[in-house]
Amino acid sequence: MLTGTFKFNHTALTLLSLLMLLGIWQLAAGLANSPTLPYPARVALVFWQATQSGELPYHLGVTLLRLVVSFSIAMVLGCAIGVTLGNNKTLDAFFDHWLVIFLNIPALVTIILCYVWFGLAESAAILAVVINKLPNVIVTIREGTRALDKDLLEMAESYRFDRKKTFLHVIWPQLHPFVMAATRSGLALIWKIILVVELLGRSNGMGYQLHLFFQLFDVASLLAYTFAFVAVIQLIEWLLLRPLDRKALRWRR
Amino acid sequence: MNDITISIQDKTYRSRHVDDRQHQAIADLQLGVGRNEFVCLLGPSGCGKTTLLNMIAGLDSHYQGQIRIGSQAATAKIGYVFQNPRLLPWYTVRQNIEVVFAQTPPTALIDSLLADMQLSDVQQVYPERLSLGMQRRVAIIRAFAINPDILLMDEPFVSLDAPSARQVRNLLYSLWQQRPHTVLFVSHDLREAIALADRLIFLSPPPMRIVSDIPVHIPRDLRNDETQIEAFRERLLSEHPAINGLL
Repeated sequence: MLTGTFKFNHTALTLLSLLMLLGIWQLAAGLANSPTLPYPARVALVFWQATQSGELPYHLGVTLLRLVVSFSIAMVLGCAIGVTLGNNKTLDAFFDHWLVIFLNIPALVTIILCYVWFGLAESAAILAVVINKLPNVIVTIREGTRALDKDLLEMAESYRFDRKKTFLHVIWPQLHPFVMAATRSGLALIWKIILVVELLGRSNGMGYQLHLFFQLFDVASLLAYTFAFVAVIQLIEWLLLRPLDRKALRWRR
Repeated sequence: MNDITISIQDKTYRSRHVDDRQHQAIADLQLGVGRNEFVCLLGPSGCGKTTLLNMIAGLDSHYQGQIRIGSQAATAKIGYVFQNPRLLPWYTVRQNIEVVFAQTPPTALIDSLLADMQLSDVQQVYPERLSLGMQRRVAIIRAFAINPDILLMDEPFVSLDAPSARQVRNLLYSLWQQRPHTVLFVSHDLREAIALADRLIFLSPPPMRIVSDIPVHIPRDLRNDETQIEAFRERLLSEHPAINGLL
């Protein structure tokens, strides 16, 4: 009760924090007085115009589509390979070296090689993203598979669960937190890689547009696209990932 | 005719410790269990009782010998109450029981079992919110509900306080009398074993073999009588002094 007067509720705090950031930006723009640091109002206007013209939604949509496709491929493949390696010590020992090598190849190298070997095509772009993301998923899911509760697997076996039933009722709920972790880190990683992929070899998408704005020194557009980008990531977190977490973890104490 | 016929020549496993030595768990074990017989296995801890139950349940097939269950082992329904409850934490009490059925779960039977075990009120609760004693009772219901051909129980009352253990034991006993089936029950509590079993099998430290095989002749309706149990226990220990060293 004593600290009650100083305690903001969560929404007020969020609002205040964002306003503060906006204030600092406004101030800095005033001091700099340069086209390379436009005022927030100018960026908002550009954002509105780009949305109206359909240009921003188009490029954002293209990037999102690439994200969904490459993310899905990486997750499905990564889960399958991760579960296999987690279950098989010999295979795991064999492929572990491959994983370490792939984990340490810089994203840029994979992207360049994919374009060099397979041409500046859509499939090469998707492949580059998948190759960058796949080792991470494999490593995370492999950890999850190794941590599976042997007692529960024995229970399932003694009660004659078939493979499908064991996976659905015993294995999947235990893998779920690892899949969520792979999803979160994966989205963050893919967002960043996909822009470089587009910048280097595509003629649409966010990365292509950002490259264009860089050449034109159009900072206002650059910032407008960036905010649209950040907003979409937050929306995915709020509308998709959080509800999934809540649903899967309601049994925890 | 036997319901379970166990004939094991050798069960050896490699120690997981650094020494990498071979440990012989079972050297030569011949045991037949009749239909609807309630058999208690007693022996020092670490003598391989759990290993034996796992072999019967089909969880461990790395041994030389044969375990025959009924006419066809592969299709025999086995209810296994493990030493720890092994409930799926992401399912409620009721879901934990229903999940073991391949077809539609028998609602009425589960209802009555929950009522018998005094768990009707918590059937929608997640196991981690329950006491260990309640979790054990859920595990027992799960094993009973499938109407098993064989019920394997691995010290299901261990770490329960004496009154709860007695309560769950009585419940188990009345359930078994209502729906008799073959039971293999591992225990280290001689009184408990005498109160429940038709036969007591005393096992040696590894490599495991049968030391003695003693029928319990106390009539079923006198099993709740402490003096009967105590009298049997004293006679048993005086007639078979070797048993003392195994408990």
